[in-house]
Amino acid sequence: MFHIYCPYCEEHREEEEFHPKGQAHIARPDDPDACSDEEWGDYLFFRDNPRGIHHELWVHAVGCRKFFNITRHTVSYEILETYKMGAQPQVTAAPRETGEAHGAEGRADAKDIHEGVRA
Amino acid sequence: MSNPVNVYDARADHAVVAAESPLAYSYASSGTPAPARHSRVVMAERAFLGHLILRGGAIVIDEALREVLGLSLPGRPNTLTVADDGRYSVQWLSPDEWLLIVPGGEEFAVEGKLRQALGESHFAIVSVGGGQTVIELSGEAARDVLMKSTAYDVHPHAFPVGKGVTTCFAKTNVILRRPDEARWEIIVRRSFADYVYRWLLDAGEEYGIGVTRESHHEA
Repeated sequence: MFHIYCPYCEEHREEEEFHPKGQAHIARPDDPDACSDEEWGDYLFFRDNPRGIHHELWVHAVGCRKFFNITRHTVSYEILETYKMGAQPQVTAAPRETGEAHGAEGRADAKDIHEGVRA
Repeated sequence: MSNPVNVYDARADHAVVAAESPLAYSYASSGTPAPARHSRVVMAERAFLGHLILRGGAIVIDEALREVLGLSLPGRPNTLTVADDGRYSVQWLSPDEWLLIVPGGEEFAVEGKLRQALGESHFAIVSVGGGQTVIELSGEAARDVLMKSTAYDVHPHAFPVGKGVTTCFAKTNVILRRPDEARWEIIVRRSFADYVYRWLLDAGEEYGIGVTRESHHEA
């Protein structure tokens, strides 16, 4: 069982009070009419399935009934942080200072896999 | 009042249908064991109270509540404010939602006064008294019964007087709160009241649970 910290109730609660709602931080395209079919399809249907750090949307269904975000490690299941809607995660897979996003992601993945195996 | 919301008294004097507590059926079908000398926990329903859900910004609702009832709104999560005489209470439910409980029959008047005080602010008030009821547990073994029923930590260190949470209870969800040292209050949906009643009778059996019936003078 997870013991999840609700950022609105400001305390840890049992997992049975919560419900996962999928990937977090999915931004709706500013101008849907200008999207290609592929862009719109990505937005509607395609979700990340990373091995490692993942940002998820959860709802405190039995409790304050607010949505919030969780950064979770998909290998170890460890919850690294929880934060309110509209906030940005402090723990991310790719280090922010690196310019080349793809390379950074690759390195982070390698590290994550290592951590996952250890966990 | 310039407010365009259509509000009406759900408990009007001319109503011809007799009010029945959500536990009326349970009392008949499951029985009401009388509290005895060996009873270490006692259950009582506080039926027909006025329940109002207040939603909106904390600052404006706090001002209105102070003006109308002299109560201050609990600003911290999971807290509860009870008036000195214990007849009025207001509880934090979520960052923009509170539960105000007033004596039965007063909810319509209080709602009107609050609407007047809130004026043009952005808010919502809903009377939910018909949809839920308050079950009260007291006695030395009340906490033991709760420990059997909910995963939430009810130890006094974690659950002091003046705290209230919404949590899982048996296989349903309730608002659990502690208005004073001697009592625990469980606020449950009407449709789950019978389930919780029977659950508590069963869970409290080993502590000799008794049920007291209040006289519904204000109903």
